[in-house]
Amino acid sequence: MNPLVAAASVLAAALAVGLAAIGPGIGQGNAAGQAVEGIARQPEAEGKIRGTLLLSFAFMEALTIYGLVIALVLLFANPFV
Amino acid sequence: MLNFLNFYSVPLAELEVGKHLYWQIGNLKLHGQVFLTSWFVVGVLVLASLAASSNIKRIPSGLQNLMEYALEFIRDLAKSQIGEKEYRPWVPFVGTLFLFIFVSNWSGALVPFKLIKLPEGELAAPTGDINTTVALALLTSLAYFYAGFSKKGLGYFGNYVQPVAFMLPFKIIEDFTKPLSLSFRLFGNILADELVVGVLVLLVPLFIPLPVMALGLFTSAIQALIFATLAAAYIGEAIEDHHGGEEHEGH
Repeated sequence: MNPLVAAASVLAAALAVGLAAIGPGIGQGNAAGQAVEGIARQPEAEGKIRGTLLLSFAFMEALTIYGLVIALVLLFANPFV
Repeated sequence: MLNFLNFYSVPLAELEVGKHLYWQIGNLKLHGQVFLTSWFVVGVLVLASLAASSNIKRIPSGLQNLMEYALEFIRDLAKSQIGEKEYRPWVPFVGTLFLFIFVSNWSGALVPFKLIKLPEGELAAPTGDINTTVALALLTSLAYFYAGFSKKGLGYFGNYVQPVAFMLPFKIIEDFTKPLSLSFRLFGNILADELVVGVLVLLVPLFIPLPVMALGLFTSAIQALIFATLAAAYIGEAIEDHHGGEEHEGH
């Protein structure tokens, strides 16, 4: 295995997950904040808000997971090695 | 291939990504461990449904109660995504997706598959293999095309230019990104769960990984729900009537 390719793959994997975590992090923070606001304004709607929040969390998380999939491909099934 | 994560081999804490138990059938190489766990999951589901429906009582109890609850849950899911009028024929499809993914995910986390030694690779959740999730996602694609064509015939292509004709390229790209994102989301989440638990078990074998395992159970359940919800939503989108406004005026 070419050591340069291996080193570049490891770095690229780290960047893939790290950068992919930024956007969903901000998004999840926003969504959670809005949900807390919604619950504070309307405590009786808590169940519904929580359900929707968790579902949308999973969607946002999926974006990071795409980065993770790329990272896993680079680490374990690297096409360039 | 980099397998630096295999440096430490406690029997329960081995991480083997990208290693498979290959079965050679003709020119095809199959990932045997995925088949074994899928059959296990299918067996569990079939046995559970047989046991629940063999002795049906008017007042449900035990397993029958649980299964009726699951059925109601799936029916409500399909109804809310596909719509009151059309949802009934799609309940089995959406339900099968949900139950198979749910039981697969939880079997990977709850059943100590790793105690069974294989010559190569390891038994894990079948949804942690990209082939399973791609198959499920392509089935979903087929299902929504079938739903659209059977409802509207060639008029289904009208969907592609629906709000404005300018949307055409995006709608075509969407047909490819839908199965892509469905399969990657499920695969990535399950594999990530197993990897995180594996790495933690490798570092601290006792107690510390428990909260992460619980979180894993939670996310895998949510992922099954999301896959089923999205499949139902895509089907609902395909059979949705765009000329609803005119019809409503006629009533």
